[in-house]
Amino acid sequence: MAADEFDAIVVGAGPGGTAAALTMARAGLSVVLFERGARPGLKNVMGGVMYGRMLADVVGEGWREAPIERVVTDERLWLATADAVTTIGHTHVPPAAGPPNAFTVLRVPFDGWFAAQAEAAGALLVPGTTVEDVIREDGRIVGVRTGRADGDLRAPLVVIADGANSFLVQKAGLGRPLQPHEMALVVKEIIALPSGVIEDRFTLEPGRGATIEVYGAPTRGMAGYGFVYTNRESLSVGIGALVSHFMKTRITPWDLLEGFKAHPMVAPLLRGGEVREYLGHAIPEGGRRAMPRLYDHGVLVVGDAAMMVNNLHREGSNLAMAAGRMAGETAVHAKKVGDWSAETLAMYQDLLEASFVLQDLRKYERLPDLVERRPDLLQVYPALLSEAIHEMLTVDGVSKREKQRRILRRLLARRPWWRILRDAYEGWRAMR
Amino acid sequence: MTQRIEEKLYTLRWRHDRQSHIAIVDDGVCLTRCGTEWQRPCTTFCPASVYTWDGAKIAVSYENCVECTSCVLGCPYRNIDWKLPRGGFGIEWQHG
Repeated sequence: MAADEFDAIVVGAGPGGTAAALTMARAGLSVVLFERGARPGLKNVMGGVMYGRMLADVVGEGWREAPIERVVTDERLWLATADAVTTIGHTHVPPAAGPPNAFTVLRVPFDGWFAAQAEAAGALLVPGTTVEDVIREDGRIVGVRTGRADGDLRAPLVVIADGANSFLVQKAGLGRPLQPHEMALVVKEIIALPSGVIEDRFTLEPGRGATIEVYGAPTRGMAGYGFVYTNRESLSVGIGALVSHFMKTRITPWDLLEGFKAHPMVAPLLRGGEVREYLGHAIPEGGRRAMPRLYDHGVLVVGDAAMMVNNLHREGSNLAMAAGRMAGETAVHAKKVGDWSAETLAMYQDLLEASFVLQDLRKYERLPDLVERRPDLLQVYPALLSEAIHEMLTVDGVSKREKQRRILRRLLARRPWWRILRDAYEGWRAMR
Repeated sequence: MTQRIEEKLYTLRWRHDRQSHIAIVDDGVCLTRCGTEWQRPCTTFCPASVYTWDGAKIAVSYENCVECTSCVLGCPYRNIDWKLPRGGFGIEWQHG
C-alpha cells in the first residue's frame, strides 16, 4: 500500500478502538480498524455491564439500536460466608427517556454492532488480521506490521487498543511487562434460562435486569469476586482472582467457578439452567500506577491496553469508550494542525486528566496494592458482619445488650482493636 | 452437577491453526527449578488446561487455548513463549 494512505490505524475493535475509529471517521479522517478475530466481538469477553452515557457520547441517538440484553435496575452487593449472605442493594425505576445508566450485554453481538457503526461512518474494518508489531523510525511510531503478506501499513497515528496485557504497548516502548498481581483471571459461564424464569427469580419487570457482585468466601482467600448478571435469556455467572493468587493457591479456575455456582445462595438462581459457554479472560488490575505512557510521537493507547479499569466499581468498557472518543478527538485536532508529534497528542492526556477516567483511577491508585497484600480483608470482615447480623436476628431469649457484647467479644477475639483501626485506615486511604 | 473442565471446553469453538502459538522456552526450567520452587502453576491456573505435566516436560495443548494470557504473566520464569494466534485463528466465542 502507498505510504500514509490513512490518517490513522486503530488496533483492536473493542469498545475503545471502535470508539476511536468512529469518532475519527465521523470527522472525515481516513481510518483503518484492525481486528484479529474473524469478525469483531469473537475474541472479546467481559462480565457483562456497560454504561449508557459513554455509549451515547460516541454514537448519539444510535444507542437505541444497540443490542443490549437488559437494563440494570437492581444492583446487589453480597458479602458472603460459606452458608450466609449479607446484602446491600439498590433498586430503581429507570427514567423513561434517555440512555439507560447501566445495561448488560454479550460482547459478541455488541462489539459486532458497535464496529458496524464505525464502518457505516467510513472506517475501513480489516478483520482476521493480527497486528504483530509497530514500525518505528527515528523514535516515532510510523505504522504497524501485520501478520499478512506485505502486511506493513503506515499512518501518522497508531491507536493501540489491543486489550488487556497489550503486547503492542511493550513493543512501542510505552510500558513494562506486567506482573501477575496486576492482572486478574476471570472465568464465567453463560447459563441459559427462559426470560420469565429470570424475571421471577430476580423479581424483575420484563426487560429489566439485576446484577449481583459477591465478595467473601467464594474466592477462597484470593483477592477477587464473583458475579451473577442477568441477560435476556441467560445469566452471566463468573468469578475471578489475581493471577498471583491463583499461582500461590493452586486452585483451578473451573473448581473456583463450580464452588461459586454451588454456593447455597447462588445455586437456586441457576437451577435448571443449561451451560452454553465457558469463558476465560484477563482483567487489568494494576490501576493507575501500572499504566503505560498514554501517548508519544504518532501513538495513543486506550482501554484495557492502558489499564483503564476501575475494579471497585466494575467499570472498564465505559472508560475505554470515553478514552477512545478522546483519542479520536485528539486525532481530529492533530489532523487539523497537521502535526502528530507527542506535543500535539498530549491533548489526549489532558482530556483524560480532566475527565472521570484518570480522576477515578487516581482516586483508587492505592487499592491494587492493598488488594494484593491483604486478601484476608475480603474474608474476615464479611464473615464478622455476617455473624453479627445473624446474632442480632436470632431470637433465643438472650437480651440484645448481651448480644452486642457477644458480637464485640467475638470481633476482638478475631482481630485486636488496633488491627481493626489499622485495617479501617488502610481501607479508607485506598479509597478516599 | 459439578462439571469437569473437559465438559466445559466441549461448549467452545475454535478455528484451529496447524501451527502452535505457544512454546515452552526451556523444558529444563519446568523440570528442575519450577518443579521444586513452584510445582508448575501453569498446570493449575490455566483456565483451559492447556498445560499438563507428563513426568518429564510440560505438554502444551495449544488447541484448547482461550487466549486469556494468564500464562504470560503467571509462569514464574517467563518460560512460556505465547504469541497471539494468527489472524482469524483461535478461540471464537459464541456469546462473549
